[in-house]
Amino acid sequence: MEVRQISVFLENRSGQLAHICRIIADAGLNMKALNRAETSDDGIVRLITDKPEKTVKVLADDGLVCSCTDVVAISVPDVPGGLAGVLEEIARKNISIEYMYSMMGNDGNNHAIMVFQTVEQADVFSKAGLDVLKGKDLGITEA
Amino acid sequence: MERYYNKEIECAPREQLRAMQSERLVSQVRHVWDNVPYYRHKMEEAGVSPADIKSIDDITKLPFLKKDDLRESYPDGLRGVPAKQCVRIHSTSGTTGKRVVAFYTKEDIDLWDTCVARALVAAGITDEDVVQVCYGYGLFTGGLGLHGGAEKLGCLVLPMSSGTTDRQLQFMEDLKSTVLCCTPSYAAYLAETINERGLRDRIHLRRGIFGAEAWSEDMRASIESSLGLKAHDIYGLTELSGPGVAYECSVQKGMHINEDHFYAEIIDPDTGESLPLGSKGELVITSLTKKGFPLLRYRTRDICILSDEKCACGRTFVKMSRPMGRSDDMLIIKGVNVFPSQIETVLLQQGYPANYQIIVDRVNNSDTLDVLVEMTAENFSDSLSKITAKEKALVAEMKSMLGIYANVHLVTPKSITRSEGKAVRVIDKRKI
Repeated sequence: MEVRQISVFLENRSGQLAHICRIIADAGLNMKALNRAETSDDGIVRLITDKPEKTVKVLADDGLVCSCTDVVAISVPDVPGGLAGVLEEIARKNISIEYMYSMMGNDGNNHAIMVFQTVEQADVFSKAGLDVLKGKDLGITEA
Repeated sequence: MERYYNKEIECAPREQLRAMQSERLVSQVRHVWDNVPYYRHKMEEAGVSPADIKSIDDITKLPFLKKDDLRESYPDGLRGVPAKQCVRIHSTSGTTGKRVVAFYTKEDIDLWDTCVARALVAAGITDEDVVQVCYGYGLFTGGLGLHGGAEKLGCLVLPMSSGTTDRQLQFMEDLKSTVLCCTPSYAAYLAETINERGLRDRIHLRRGIFGAEAWSEDMRASIESSLGLKAHDIYGLTELSGPGVAYECSVQKGMHINEDHFYAEIIDPDTGESLPLGSKGELVITSLTKKGFPLLRYRTRDICILSDEKCACGRTFVKMSRPMGRSDDMLIIKGVNVFPSQIETVLLQQGYPANYQIIVDRVNNSDTLDVLVEMTAENFSDSLSKITAKEKALVAEMKSMLGIYANVHLVTPKSITRSEGKAVRVIDKRKI
């Protein structure tokens, strides 16, 4: 797995998401992606920052419940049908996606970045001929 | 003109009642001593024997029974006769999940029905009435209790049980129900629905028997005007039989206690000391006649006032005020008894911390129960389906423990308000 993602429990109360972002901002951390998933009453915020371990520390210090998960970031051609092609390739390998979301920035070659969570390992994506990005490609400075 | 079901008893001279109570207490104490080792042991500990109980005045020598005693003696430690002689049980929630089971002999059911029949007649109900019982039938005493009394009186009974409002309204209209029995909040809900649907002219209700939860005079006035009926209160608890321990007459200033079957005292909830009539305190009731589940000096935890002021209705039974609160932390939500400790038990079993908050409110005349629970690192997951499954399990366990639905909200750890280091466990926003 190439990229560490931080998941934070988000209770259903106004200002909670702003609170989380403020903690991250005050710690001088740079957010690269944010995805929000909700149940009927609460939810999860999934984050990628430049320093995952420090992020976990500052969030936990504030009393928030969070955990780390490894995800796969893939470069997707930013052209019509770019994502469809990538997903078709994933489907051909019978990889089932638990969730996915997009990430900020591109690699300079007119490619977008998608983050995937699956039960399979990252090398399955590489073997499928997909362009798996490393943490350093995404500006993640912490090892 | 005031009507009675058992005029000779309901209006008996006080001395006659007192003599009857003395005689019944002596025999009940003997029955309990001989058949309920749990209570006999308590009496021995208190240094009292049946020989010490010569009249009703000696009742204060007897030890109290508390809800905890009922839980400890689960399931049948307080049963007064062999199971073979019992014909039914009813059950209510205990403090930590173990329920209280009450046993009834055929005679116990009969005396209970009599008590309820007196309540119905005192409310102006006759054998011409069509009585729609919307209390739950089953372990809860509301449904079968009102049913038995109404049937004994000779009314036509509609055993609807709770819920399914559409069917309730259809039967109410088509069978021309004249009496509605349910919780006051359900009555208010029905009233609203009836008026919304424009059915007011098609219903024939003239009386309501509403109990099992707290309500105010304002709520009574609102139900009465919106349904065009006269609303009567009824009091009781499963431990002592069910509804019908006390009932309202036409005067509607307090509820007459069926004193030939139940002896009432008021005590200071902190010291256990007996208080004179007219004092506000905890209601303690002794069952003088029930054999299946003969409770002596049972602490109801309901705070009220007893009065022996002469009542214009002619009844001589003492009256109790509406319960003004509880001397424990029990909540009555939608007519169901809920203890915070039950919620705590479920949380601990499901791996959540015991730091929680219960918020009770009344929205559109119906009680709501919300429980705030703190999320933990162990219960948290990046997977939405896992979190959802855990939440669903928690809600299901809560429903199974409490018997009613609770809205569970997971919140950030340590975010539940604490005042002076102690969490505020219950916030009751209901204005009753």
